[in-house]
Amino acid sequence: MSAPLLKVEDMRIALASSGTTFDAVENVSFEIGRGEAFGLVGESGCGKSISALAVMGLLRSPLSLAGGRILLDGQKIQNASAAEMRRLRGKRIGMIFQEPMTALNPLSPVGRQIAEMFVLHQGASWSEAMDRAEDALRQVRVPSPERRIKDFPHQLSGGMRQRVMIAIALACGPDLLIADEPTTALDVTVQAEIIDLMAELCAAKGTAILMISHDLGLVANMCQRVAVMYAGRIVEAQEADAIFSTPRHPYTQGLVNSLPRLGERAKHGRQRLREIAGVVPSIQAYPTGCRFNPRCPAMTDICRSTAPEITALPADGLVRCHHHG
Amino acid sequence: MAESLLTLDDLAVHFTVGGALSGGLKTLKAVDGVTLDVKPGECLGLVGESGCGKSTLALAIMGLVAPTRGRVALDGKDLKERERLATARTVQMVFQDPYASLNPRQTVRRTLATPLALHGVDKAEIEARVIDMMAKVGLRPEHADRYPHEFSGGQRQRIGIARALILKPKLVICDEPVSALDVSIRAQIINLLLELKDELGLAYIMISHDLGVVEHVSDRVAVMYLGRIVEQGGWQEIFENPRHPYTRALIAAIPDPFHRAAIAARAKAKGEIASALNPPPGCHFHPRCPLKADRCVAEYPALEPTTSGHLAACHFRNTVA
Amino acid sequence: MKLGKFKLKGGTSLWVGGTLVGFVVLVAIFAPLIAHTDPVLDANLMNAEIPPDWEFWFGTDAQGRDIYSRIVYGSRISLTVGVVSQLLNSLIGITLGLTAGYWGGWWDDFVSGLTNMMLAIPSLIFALAIMAILGPGLSSLVIALGLTAWSYSCRLTRAQVLSLKSQGYIQAARILGYGDLRIMFTQILPNILGPLIVIATLGMGTAILAEAALSFLGLGIRPPFPSWGSMLSEARDQITTAPWLSVFPGLAIFFTVLGLNLLGDGLRDSLDPQSTTRRA
Repeated sequence: MSAPLLKVEDMRIALASSGTTFDAVENVSFEIGRGEAFGLVGESGCGKSISALAVMGLLRSPLSLAGGRILLDGQKIQNASAAEMRRLRGKRIGMIFQEPMTALNPLSPVGRQIAEMFVLHQGASWSEAMDRAEDALRQVRVPSPERRIKDFPHQLSGGMRQRVMIAIALACGPDLLIADEPTTALDVTVQAEIIDLMAELCAAKGTAILMISHDLGLVANMCQRVAVMYAGRIVEAQEADAIFSTPRHPYTQGLVNSLPRLGERAKHGRQRLREIAGVVPSIQAYPTGCRFNPRCPAMTDICRSTAPEITALPADGLVRCHHHG
Repeated sequence: MAESLLTLDDLAVHFTVGGALSGGLKTLKAVDGVTLDVKPGECLGLVGESGCGKSTLALAIMGLVAPTRGRVALDGKDLKERERLATARTVQMVFQDPYASLNPRQTVRRTLATPLALHGVDKAEIEARVIDMMAKVGLRPEHADRYPHEFSGGQRQRIGIARALILKPKLVICDEPVSALDVSIRAQIINLLLELKDELGLAYIMISHDLGVVEHVSDRVAVMYLGRIVEQGGWQEIFENPRHPYTRALIAAIPDPFHRAAIAARAKAKGEIASALNPPPGCHFHPRCPLKADRCVAEYPALEPTTSGHLAACHFRNTVA
Repeated sequence: MKLGKFKLKGGTSLWVGGTLVGFVVLVAIFAPLIAHTDPVLDANLMNAEIPPDWEFWFGTDAQGRDIYSRIVYGSRISLTVGVVSQLLNSLIGITLGLTAGYWGGWWDDFVSGLTNMMLAIPSLIFALAIMAILGPGLSSLVIALGLTAWSYSCRLTRAQVLSLKSQGYIQAARILGYGDLRIMFTQILPNILGPLIVIATLGMGTAILAEAALSFLGLGIRPPFPSWGSMLSEARDQITTAPWLSVFPGLAIFFTVLGLNLLGDGLRDSLDPQSTTRRA
């Protein structure tokens, strides 16, 4: 098995706030192989989005990369210059965001925005690039692409805009696609289509995916491996099937068991949903020891005082808990 | 048979939009002929995606927007003829966005006490009722003097629920009450809503696009698409034996690993949701429907009973597997 | 909304602005005690046009009146003009803006049309026209300025109302049975006060400048009453020969308007319970 495409080692991201520095993200390590779909799951504020930004070199003050290594195809990129990162972005790493309306230039026709990728990264001429843009739209299954290339973002629906974003991100055939909550703002039926499209295109082109979402189900359906983040740390990582059937960290267990699932009520009657008590802590107030301890049903003294070590699990999995299942 | 608490009779709400600069006046048929009823103590789940009209429907039930056609009746009496304050004591609403649904300049106490004062509750009784309601939704007495920005999303939603229940309504419309909340606290709020329903004998209309939530809380379910109800029936019938291709598409779209491919991928819907400004002729769903036939373009299928008893608006209601 | 609930800590702007304005207010209140002479009556031609010295701190003017005392008394006029006319402005503007934004319909069309008309007419000319009808003097000046500058607060209020109207808590208030007026004044207004206060303090500054301009043109406060603007007007021809006649009134206007602007900024920040620029 060749070296992984993306390797993040012991990444630490610092947040400068009111004179002090806080560790927003700490000791985050994961690997994504070529063509693999990897999911990063967590709630708002857990650090998953800023981790992705760190990989892209897009962290801005008050956030900064404070430690660790990021390797793309074995090459260190965590301290790469702005120019080097610009070359990487779009050409080797593509990224799509949650809100396509704010990620697309409202004053430029979508065809031109796709064509820009070819002009900038592959030195194509504008006319050639516009033709390829039309092809790209066809690939993401936008109907009547020859007319759509002249449309402005506001003339398209949410699902269409997200398809344009995917076209832009995949235009130059990057090795890695980072998708940050790409379907959260979309309707359920459109969501399913977009996810299928992404999976299909990436499989066809051999593009690896880093899928970031709060939706465990979506990520487990699409990805081969899943990592769960809580309060800036990865608390569990397993293969997608395993993380649902046998979650080992109390937080993951809580997430998996707290949401109502179709078919459960018919089988077992209406059960009270298993709650996770408390609220997600803010960066400035992370609990000591295990950060999940105030909310954990299995909490004991050691959880409050000592941060748990990483325990390896079969198939390259891991869990960070004193009392893992 | 219990008397219906809420009756909607061929309700339609149309808006005129556009003007000289945007291609002329057009009619937006946000709600286009909805007939529903809700019994006391019952929970009706209303499912639909954006543009289906569920929010406009909620506003019409509350009396905040006037119907273009049809009627809304609460406790047997037409909404138009009811006194505004009496309606406020009968039907209330929990809003989707906990960050926008509380007045940022009012303490919790004031948010809860003012409606009571407005409705003529004795001053002596107001404080007691405020503290009592706060306890019911899981807030402590010392929270009463705090401002919304001092609370988390989940707590704000609890305050919103308290506000909706403070006048002791009989029907509460919950408009996507947990969509804007973190995943780990959704269960808390859903459990709370169900407990309060049982404790206070409330009827709910639970509006959500999250089918898992709808199946969990509802007694009956209605599925809306572009202003019309396309399927309606008991929760188990709808989820185990959906007869409308849109319902089947919604279920197929759920990214749930435990529910993988229960309904085949060919049930998935194609394309985008049409605009309510320009709905397709005949059945509104036909451009996206895997079962589309000529009849679907020509004739709108009425909401009629299927062989399994519940209602579906599809020409193929009895043949879809 | 109780001021007492929020600690007024708006930072530098608030303190500097507040100090400046507070100072001017105190000067105005205690004018008879601070001034050296009567600003109108104590005119001794023997003392005409003396540069600043130990007796006459700011010098004297052509009639021999003490500039310092005239500046001190002039603060009363400037503050009166600024505050009262702006109150009138805000009253008209906020009421029209609130109702137009909330009720919409024909009333909104009417108010918007009126606002557009007011914005199209140069306000100073309009004020002049009103003063021509009412005659010169302090009260007609205040009324004229109050009636012509409300468009900004009206437009701003209306825009704020429109953006707030769809917020959940406004809908909730309607559902709870709140009447329209109650919603407008207890739910909407407290939440849009921030920008309105800034506009009001800026407006006070503008009114003072307008008074200065009108008096400069000879149409505002008539001599011999000491208004900073009319003092500037009288000193027009002697800018090079007797600069102290223009400098001090000019500085007085400058610091007062600056103080008002800073105060407005600071108040807006400290009155918003969530403002991120609030130093808590």
